[in-house]
Amino acid sequence: MEFEPKLVGFLCKWCSSAGADLAGVSRKSYPPNLVPITVNCSGRIDVNHIVRALKDGADGVLVSGCHPGDCHYTSGNYKTWRRVALLKHVLEDFGMNPDRVRLEWVSATEGEKFARTVEEFTDEIKELGPGPFSNAKE
Amino acid sequence: MAIKPRIGVFICHCGENIAGTVDVSGLAEDIIGYDNVAFSTDYEYMCSDPGQNKIKEAIEEENLTGVVVAACSPSMHEETFRGAVEDVGLNRYQCEIANIREQCSWVHGEDGDKPTEKALKIIKGVVEKVKRNVSMEPVEREHADKCLVIGGGIAGIQAALDVAEAGNEVILVEKEPTIGGHMAQLSETFPTLDCSQCILTPKMVELNQHPNIELLAYSEVKEISGYVGNYSAQIERKPTYVDTDACNLCGDCEDVCPVEVTDEFNQGLDTRKAINIPFSQAIPSSYTLDTDACLGLNPLRCSECAEACDADAIDFDQSSEYVEEEFGAVIVATGYDLYPKEEMGEYGYGKYEDVVDGLQFERMLSATGPTGGVVRRPSDGKIPENVVFIQCSGSRDPENHNSYCSKICCMYTAKHAKLYKETVPDGNAYVFYIDIRAGGKDYEEFIQDVQEEDRVLYLKGKVSKLKRVDEKMRVWGLDEIAGERVEIDADLVVLAQSIVPSKGTDETSKKLNLNLGANGFFKEAHPKLRPVESLTGGVFFAGTGQGPKDIPDSVSQGSGAAAKAIDLLSKPTLSHDPQVVEIDEDLCSGCGLCVGQCPYDALEINSRGVAEVNEILCEGCGTCASGCPTNALSLRNLTDEQLTEMIHAHIGD
Repeated sequence: MEFEPKLVGFLCKWCSSAGADLAGVSRKSYPPNLVPITVNCSGRIDVNHIVRALKDGADGVLVSGCHPGDCHYTSGNYKTWRRVALLKHVLEDFGMNPDRVRLEWVSATEGEKFARTVEEFTDEIKELGPGPFSNAKE
Repeated sequence: MAIKPRIGVFICHCGENIAGTVDVSGLAEDIIGYDNVAFSTDYEYMCSDPGQNKIKEAIEEENLTGVVVAACSPSMHEETFRGAVEDVGLNRYQCEIANIREQCSWVHGEDGDKPTEKALKIIKGVVEKVKRNVSMEPVEREHADKCLVIGGGIAGIQAALDVAEAGNEVILVEKEPTIGGHMAQLSETFPTLDCSQCILTPKMVELNQHPNIELLAYSEVKEISGYVGNYSAQIERKPTYVDTDACNLCGDCEDVCPVEVTDEFNQGLDTRKAINIPFSQAIPSSYTLDTDACLGLNPLRCSECAEACDADAIDFDQSSEYVEEEFGAVIVATGYDLYPKEEMGEYGYGKYEDVVDGLQFERMLSATGPTGGVVRRPSDGKIPENVVFIQCSGSRDPENHNSYCSKICCMYTAKHAKLYKETVPDGNAYVFYIDIRAGGKDYEEFIQDVQEEDRVLYLKGKVSKLKRVDEKMRVWGLDEIAGERVEIDADLVVLAQSIVPSKGTDETSKKLNLNLGANGFFKEAHPKLRPVESLTGGVFFAGTGQGPKDIPDSVSQGSGAAAKAIDLLSKPTLSHDPQVVEIDEDLCSGCGLCVGQCPYDALEINSRGVAEVNEILCEGCGTCASGCPTNALSLRNLTDEQLTEMIHAHIGD
């Protein structure tokens, strides 16, 4: 059976979750592997949450927030930007492919971009294969 | 001992929208065995009255402590369901939405069982959240009473007047020396052909005289910060170098001024002096000295205007003044510009003098314009015998220019052609068009009148080439209906130039944290149901900054935005979302990292050396909670524990 990765998506409420809603309204289909968690701001995402998802068995984690300069809370996305960049280095040091964590800016008007992002990310993780803690069915 | 949570899960079919893709009754059965889920059911439309009643009954009969409604996006019905649970005494924050429509059934139609599997995970995640939610009560807080209107075109004028009439104080900020916007430049208005200035200027005067309105012209909002009900803004009043109260509009200064520059109000068809007034009914009614054009504001270099002024109104020593004000609501009415010449290679726009845009033609038609209302071509001042109008110049052209329809051009082109034919009855007017869009009240009749009575020739097709041949503009185009090529030697070509958001739109959006749509216009909170609100609380839109509009639509939206602002300002207090950050003082080391991360200055290290949150200022983003090295900070109802368990519900087993 083809490897179906398990993906977690942290979406900020104001831009990316609204963008995902727009993808729905416009029926822009994408693979069902990613399960979304809507948070107030991408800045609410702690690196621990990302690590927790990977340790729980996720094959990839998407963090998606408002475009730089457009954060509903002014600057939460900048904090996320730095945190994710740092985390990627740490993951690499621990021998995990940093591409399993993806940060993307998706605005409320970018339904198409949201669908495309999930599609691309799912394909990329399929290519990478199961993560080190994966509990996805092979 | 804490009460064991009893969660009810209510799964909506949304007709076939969800049930067509997701096995809703299967979900209801599967979720019942899940931890703390005491009740589950599915129903055709949960948002209907019977659907809401099912939730209310179950809360009472099953002693539910929390509710998950698996349905559409929380942006649609979260309020509905929270209101319903409140009706039967459950705290509104014990109800959460699992979005299984927009983010599941609508996007995974072709994936067999997978949408159902994904929906189950989403629901489990939200169950994990709800069972750890705490009950909260909104925090009531005071708000400022004034309304800020940015932009003094017709939309901003209407909004300001309506807000002021309801008894609220208004400050209107306009960056130009006069209010009136583009409407002041127009000759007549479609479809009734009443003179634009005649209907606009009474409104301008009314605004200027209104006791509740303070007009700050030639001013700009430099900085604005805060949140709904409490915005503080710094407004720069640029120096006009003329004492508005003393100026008696005699015009002696203008007569003696030695500097002539391009006249923006006349769209470059004319020149003006460095000291000038855009038009005679300008408000504030005073001259303005344009420092970019002036020889140097220095009596040693030139002081002709000051010497000529009997009223002693000219003051070279003026400088910018800064006004600091608090506002409860903000109305953004920043308007449009024409799609710039620099972006257009076609139709000789910006290259040939006798190719003009719609606003230039308005100025030619205007009795107060540079040609006194007589249509004369710019190159030699001759009255044109053949005029070609080209619609959709820069609009509806996704490959090269703007993909959208500018909405007003079909109507103003028809008006232009009609007015031209009225002044030059023997002249010929040709209109190249893609489609005619005349959806407004009495608009279609107007077009028919122009075609039949005024005998304007409408040619369905695009212009392929335009070139100067001797004294004429030779236009090659296509007449799709006749199926033949057309060649016209025109004396004047008028482009129905696309409209774009005004120059400062981007900057305004950044200052106020507003979203812009793909075409650069302000994005409203909902395209159908919240067309005048932004996603930033207390900020509303009026006019063409939000999208192309004609005058009636701009006025309607101005009144709509005003109604929203009045609604907000009339409330004695505003309730603040209680989802804010809490601090566990036992864990806080007082490092102060959180203080620097907070964009709202809501955190401080108090006298006991630990962090303290100001609940009124905290907007609940949770950025500080994620940055706290000792996990002392926690966002209510989105705690680390909740997120961890949601993740586990999605990924575990």
